[in-house]
Amino acid sequence: MKSAVIVFPGSNCDRDMAVAIEQVTGSKPLMVWHQEHDFPSVDFIALPGGFSYGDYLRCGAISARSHVMDAVVKRAEAGVPTLGVCNGFQILTEAGLLRGALMRNAQLKFVCRDVTLKVENADTSFTNSYNADQEITIPVAHHDGNYFVDDETLARLEGDGQVVFRYSENINGSRNNIAGVTNAKGNILGMMPHPERLVDPALGGKDGRALFESVLASIG
Amino acid sequence: MKARIHVTLKNGVLDPQGKAIEHSLANLGFMGVEAARQGKYIELDLAHSNRDTAMADVEAMCKKLIANTVIENYTIELE
Repeated sequence: MKSAVIVFPGSNCDRDMAVAIEQVTGSKPLMVWHQEHDFPSVDFIALPGGFSYGDYLRCGAISARSHVMDAVVKRAEAGVPTLGVCNGFQILTEAGLLRGALMRNAQLKFVCRDVTLKVENADTSFTNSYNADQEITIPVAHHDGNYFVDDETLARLEGDGQVVFRYSENINGSRNNIAGVTNAKGNILGMMPHPERLVDPALGGKDGRALFESVLASIG
Repeated sequence: MKARIHVTLKNGVLDPQGKAIEHSLANLGFMGVEAARQGKYIELDLAHSNRDTAMADVEAMCKKLIANTVIENYTIELE
């Protein structure tokens, strides 16, 4: 399986993401700098966490308009499995690939700890190796993870199974405790928690591993 | 020509920072503040000489980058 990790100025989870992908898929991902206009064909694209452009203007806003994103948008819309974690999630919403927006946490505090998530939909390319309703522990580390969508979109996301992960308690003000959502087609996932940080028991657990195994299984 | 852009949160979008300002003002003893909403102010120096083109361009800038229309409204003043 060929993967690409997109690197923006201020990304800081790009290497963790690369290690997680390599551990699970057995092959090193391409690291693609944001100024590239294009990159070789891959089976999986990951947008890592971090504080790209220092969160200037809005989190992910500037990165979402960088050169490489034209290629990412084109491929994601063509169906390539695309994962955005934390800042990567913010970039996906700012690029218009996912609905909604990520706002300042309701309690105005940076949240950095392990949280319990429920797998709401185990029938996606990102979650097929989890069980439905499985509870997993994944760390979060963000200041702007408060997921907002309007009522109508929220109802559609819920009705169509696009809410993939839900926090077991509301840690940041997100509507309906949403921690991760997909697009309608299901090939683009954005989530605030960091699965790439828990793929090896040496790091305290491996609940994040199944996400990468799911992608691998869905690509075959 | 100068463009002055105000970006504000849409009605119905929670604004925890505005709330914090509201509470802090009350703590300082300022009474009668019914609500506070926090927004952004952006000033652009434009080389344009035609107002209509300037307005059209700044509109496009707001839609494409300066505001996130999922959660924000914007107003433009040209001077």
